[in-house]
Amino acid sequence: MSFDSIDAWWWPFLFILVAGWLATDSWRFLGVYLGGRISDDSDILVLVRAVATALVAAVIANLVMFPGGALAATPVPLRLAAAAAGFAAYLLLGRKIVIGIAAAEAVFIAGYFALGL
Amino acid sequence: MVENEPRSSAAVAGEGRRWFLRGAAAAFSIPGLILASAFVGFAGLAKASGLTVVETVFMTAVVWALPAKVVLIGAILSKSSIFAAAFAVALSSVRLMPMVVALVPEMRVEKTRPWVLYALSHFVAVTSWVLALERFRDVPPERRTIFYAGLGGTLVAGNMTVVTVVYLVADTLPPAASAALFLLTPMYFLTSLWGSARESAAHVAMVLGLGLGPLFHVLVPGFDLLAAGLIGGGAAYGWHRFSRRSRPA
Repeated sequence: MSFDSIDAWWWPFLFILVAGWLATDSWRFLGVYLGGRISDDSDILVLVRAVATALVAAVIANLVMFPGGALAATPVPLRLAAAAAGFAAYLLLGRKIVIGIAAAEAVFIAGYFALGL
Repeated sequence: MVENEPRSSAAVAGEGRRWFLRGAAAAFSIPGLILASAFVGFAGLAKASGLTVVETVFMTAVVWALPAKVVLIGAILSKSSIFAAAFAVALSSVRLMPMVVALVPEMRVEKTRPWVLYALSHFVAVTSWVLALERFRDVPPERRTIFYAGLGGTLVAGNMTVVTVVYLVADTLPPAASAALFLLTPMYFLTSLWGSARESAAHVAMVLGLGLGPLFHVLVPGFDLLAAGLIGGGAAYGWHRFSRRSRPA
């Protein structure tokens, strides 16, 4: 029952609805239901946020280490250096997302051409 | 005195439209622009993963939260079953619940109908949430739902357009540009996730997740995200409990 295991036009959409829409909007609807009834700093929410954060962080690291498309053809050290430089610039220069992204892209593109890729 | 006259329904509708448009205008901001650049990266990712343009735009509309979509594509690529995919996406979307819990009391007035709040909650993701909490203080409480409808609706519709256009032109990009484009999504998450952490346990969880993700990708392919989330997040929570207990009262 994976994304391409049923050969019908509606299957990918059903897959996205169940694994995407239902899996995300359930939490949003539960949030409306609980709105005002649950304390934002309760211990269970700290655990929930920690698990969710580690999971998304794993996604981020995998996107850099095992990417798809054109990024897959570039060397791992270049990708790691670009990501590290972007994150360092973000932390050191006022925690602005736009600075982190711009620094990572600048290092990546400079390295891309310096390596003659 | 004009203020004492009962207001016509046309005047009320006009004012609603004005606040809707102000919400829509709030989408055109630096955070909105950064989000659009992350959706440029997402469109490239979806295309490289073999999704059609219709599937990609559909996913943008019905899921909306970017981390959930990236996890969903990861699950599609690793040939996960629909149930394993739903479980991984649900884990990555838990964070939406406390965000909605925080937003709802700011929008709700006595006459707000519940279905309006349920419908608007679909727009909740990092960018619209941050923008709403920032701008709500300038919006009268009874206008906040229509303001948020304008803001969230514009962000979703705008990025559906971005995704469509980028998907269609992605093939014409030089390889350097499309490789650079794939770096946008992880960098957006890396910085916004660090910045949105409430407690230092989230920073610990993030560092652990960054290390465990690739490790488990090699060791336990297919379960890498779940394992990294549960083990990294559980350890960060343990650290949170331990550091609180050892702190002098």
